[in-house]
Amino acid sequence: MTTNQTAESNSGTGEISGAELRLENVVKSYPGQKAAAVESLSLHIPAGEIVMFVGPSGCGKTTSLKMINRLIEPTSGTISIDGKDIRGENGNSLRRKIGYVIQGGSLFPHMTVATNIGSVPKMLGWDKKRIAERVDELLDLVGLDPNRYRHRYPRELSGGQQQRVGVARGLAADPPVILMDEPFGAVDPITRQRLQDELLSIQRELRKTIVCVTHDIDEAIKLGDRILILQEGANIAQYDTPENILAAPANDFVADFVGAGSTLKQLSLARIDDIDLRTATTAIVGESSAEAIRRAEAAGDEMLIVLDDRNRPVAWPWLRQIRAHEKVRGEPRENLVTLDHRATLNDSLDTMLTSTYSSAIVTGDRDSYLGVIDFHAVTEHMRAAERSAAEQVEKSAEGEPT
Amino acid sequence: MWEFISERWQYILYSAFQHANLVFQAVFFGTLIAVAIAVLVTKFGWLDPIANTLSAVGLTLPSFALVGLLLPLTKIGATTAFICVLFYAILPVLRNAIVGLQGVDKALLESAKGMGMGELSVLLRVRIPLAWPVIHAGVRTSMQMSMGIAAIAAYVLGPGLGAYIFTGLAQAGGANAVNYALVGTVGIVIIAMFADLLMLLLGRLTISKGIRVA
Repeated sequence: MTTNQTAESNSGTGEISGAELRLENVVKSYPGQKAAAVESLSLHIPAGEIVMFVGPSGCGKTTSLKMINRLIEPTSGTISIDGKDIRGENGNSLRRKIGYVIQGGSLFPHMTVATNIGSVPKMLGWDKKRIAERVDELLDLVGLDPNRYRHRYPRELSGGQQQRVGVARGLAADPPVILMDEPFGAVDPITRQRLQDELLSIQRELRKTIVCVTHDIDEAIKLGDRILILQEGANIAQYDTPENILAAPANDFVADFVGAGSTLKQLSLARIDDIDLRTATTAIVGESSAEAIRRAEAAGDEMLIVLDDRNRPVAWPWLRQIRAHEKVRGEPRENLVTLDHRATLNDSLDTMLTSTYSSAIVTGDRDSYLGVIDFHAVTEHMRAAERSAAEQVEKSAEGEPT
Repeated sequence: MWEFISERWQYILYSAFQHANLVFQAVFFGTLIAVAIAVLVTKFGWLDPIANTLSAVGLTLPSFALVGLLLPLTKIGATTAFICVLFYAILPVLRNAIVGLQGVDKALLESAKGMGMGELSVLLRVRIPLAWPVIHAGVRTSMQMSMGIAAIAAYVLGPGLGAYIFTGLAQAGGANAVNYALVGTVGIVIIAMFADLLMLLLGRLTISKGIRVA
């Protein structure tokens, strides 16, 4: 049931290129320590999903992550990727087939962006031309212009750009599984939000299996198809979709960890795409004002969205502001509040709250106009989502044999 | 003075070349040995205090004393001179190499390992290149120091300009004593300056632009 649900909510058009991961009774204990760092972890991670490991510090989430690429060897238990035991091959060659992204990107400062990204392909013996092409392709994917950034050194990049290169480096050899350890922990909140959105859009295309450690429950809710909440000793407190964890925390620990305001947190789950947008009257720059005003009044609108010749919103004036001129002009620009159609409802509310109106213009690919979103639409959507989550939980509770 | 030089400039030039040659070789092999020891020290932490003590004590050891200690073992000649210069060439590089290699960010090493680099690749592609600016500074110091040590090593008939200084000292009060000493001393200073320029150039060429200061 949950699998279907996530497949609907988070999947994209791409074909799954990830591999299935399975942990069975994995234990890690260190000599001289009474309690095991990981007591006995069994976990199934379906191919093509993002699974977030969260929990308080010292709960064993990073240890669990590092056992997947054998940076830490398990004391006992098996881990398999696509059914193959990871102990079947040498640790280094295993790690070349698993992407690894850590905080801040951890780029090698003495290598250029291109050399950094090409490190793993080079170890795998790709020829120069293929590596160069791959580097450019990946820079494009993470939103950096290859011609501008290829030959730069990490210190010539901002923190967000370094992190982008870090993600590109993790993807370089097209690994089916990618491990991320607090990937966006070192950047400011605004950059982090953008990087998270980009990761999601990359994932929609690539459908890798991504295991990501974070201490930030909001990040887990936003990124995860599933969330694994761990207690000390890497004991599973709950492993489920964000929707279900928010709607029905398994125990007090989870409820505490998720914290108050779970309805508010749901806002990070839904995106503008999920909401029916309101249409508004539009006019094109240079059009006759009288004609545009007539249309707006017929529709009952007091404002008008002005688009340029490429369908991009350029201004959002009141009708009285248009009357002053014979033709519709692309100003004033300062009122313009736009949101990308992939923005979360959380980010949308944030933007609307800080703007003068209780609504915002939604844009799609290449900033083209899609519609208008307002507070009312968001609250409606939240109520509906809450109702359906509650029903889901009830249904699954009934289905369980007791 | 000019007469003194013009009469034997070929010999002077030859000695200068030999002096530089001795120092370059000693510094080259000294660097290799020092980096190798430093790699072992960073791998086995318990070696660290030993290496530090040895290099500290080594630097306080007067070079003359070392020449004296080596004589019974390696006899008079170029070998003794070379070993003596080599010994001192190692020390500054060793200290810097240990500091440099230990100073490499642990997160980068983990990242390298996590990407599937073997221990040797991590060393050659990440550790040493990142520590190289510090190691290089040590090599520069070593080069300067070795120029002077090589002069002392000439006492056991080692090659180089040191011989001129000793001749000058031996003939103190004689006709050409000052000339000998001056040619030896100034010659060494000139070679040292030239060598330092080369080292600067080497730094330009070998230190990655991504980690170069200024």
